[in-house]
Amino acid sequence: MMESENLKITPLNDRHIQLGAKMVPFAGWNMPVQYKEGIIAEHSHTRKHVSVFDIFHMGEFRVKGKNSAIALDRILARPVADQKPGTCRYGFLLTEKGTVVDDLIVYRIDDNEFFIVVNAGTRDADAARFRELLPKDVSFADESDATAKIDLQGPESADVLVSLGLEKESLPAYYRWIKTRISGIPCILSRTGYTGELGFEIYFPADKSGTMWDILLGQKNVKPVGLGARDTLRLEMGYPLYGHELNLETTPVEAGFAQILKLGEKRDFIGAEILRTSQPKKRLAGIELDGRRAAREGTPVFISGRESGKVSSGTFSPSLGKAIALAYFNGESEISVGTEVELVTDRFRITGKTTSVPFYKNGTARK
Amino acid sequence: MKKYTKEHEWVEIKGTEAVVGITAHAAKELGDITFVEMPPEGTDLIVGDVLGTIESVKAASDIYAPISGTVSGINKELEEEPAIVNISPEGKGWVCKLDNIDLVELEDLMSQEQYEKYLKESSRK
Repeated sequence: MMESENLKITPLNDRHIQLGAKMVPFAGWNMPVQYKEGIIAEHSHTRKHVSVFDIFHMGEFRVKGKNSAIALDRILARPVADQKPGTCRYGFLLTEKGTVVDDLIVYRIDDNEFFIVVNAGTRDADAARFRELLPKDVSFADESDATAKIDLQGPESADVLVSLGLEKESLPAYYRWIKTRISGIPCILSRTGYTGELGFEIYFPADKSGTMWDILLGQKNVKPVGLGARDTLRLEMGYPLYGHELNLETTPVEAGFAQILKLGEKRDFIGAEILRTSQPKKRLAGIELDGRRAAREGTPVFISGRESGKVSSGTFSPSLGKAIALAYFNGESEISVGTEVELVTDRFRITGKTTSVPFYKNGTARK
Repeated sequence: MKKYTKEHEWVEIKGTEAVVGITAHAAKELGDITFVEMPPEGTDLIVGDVLGTIESVKAASDIYAPISGTVSGINKELEEEPAIVNISPEGKGWVCKLDNIDLVELEDLMSQEQYEKYLKESSRK
């Protein structure tokens, strides 16, 4: 039973099917949501050992030119001009209204070259926007189809790279990247990730996908993990997912990122004016629910009997053994931690409390 | 002997009671089950009524009464360990028991053989 619906497939598609993956559409791609052991086992394995994720679907752009730093500095919500080569910086591409076109990570390659990693579903819109905004003397290339990405995440992820011949001391520090080779395959290796565990993201030529995947899976304790566990892992960390916590109706301030934007500084960038002069219309907060039952996206949230917000993402948390959610609360003020809430649909009423994120507090990402 | 519904429930008569659960196929489709909502004891059900819900990490599915009856017991172990449904969906993972049943209603349901045929046919899209 093949439902292609014009879904794109990654170079590892056959391997996923052979591994017994349950494949689902995601952002126009046919992706593994889980393998044979299931989401909860995959989630726990990542927190305890090490997992590999096929992330081919995300987009990668290259921006080059003498004026690329200045140009990007005006386009992106976080400064680029002062970003050092060899580092990664998480930030946003905004509309003139300060709302989020995408969240992304900028890798500074050198003074005049940047590698920007964007979400799968927004890749084409992002490319169009960069092309429209960048001056003619700055080159832009969408390298997504030629670039494979595999995430290697878990407390044992550094051990895997060492067993493949990389020197432990040469591995990049948190939010830094290096150019290296894994079993002869040239790659960019960054110490970044979406799980909250020690981990790396590996970017390399697409035609080496099978080889890289097989090499990593052949290492001790490495298991394949799908998008289902990727979502429970990121949600336990309180990380936003574009399309849920971030979208064209939401500013990064509302999503809780005011601090990294440094709006007090003089820098002018697209969306800055509105972010500096207007109040947020809503605020993101974490909720720990009483019990195992999850409240999904869109569930109304009540405080003292009044509808006060909506869930943007919700799931059962394998690490906590209870349900968790991120929700937007109406109004400009932040909700105090420990506020009692009720999540109500016509099927259920669940109580909970707002809480600080991350929900899971033992992540090894910064070790 | 179990009988099966098109909505992937099974029912088995034990004495004067009917034991109800979801099929192995349904459990596999759902994935790791994280929560089971069971009906209060004493609830009167007509065949086809929603008697509860099963949630997995990625999905939620209603459980429909395969026959009419009154809820005479629920599987309390599922409150702490819903994963039992994944491990043994047609055994230890039973959801509830019904009494005040009419055996005639079983005739509308499928045998195991008929259910397996039904699954094969449904997957040929």
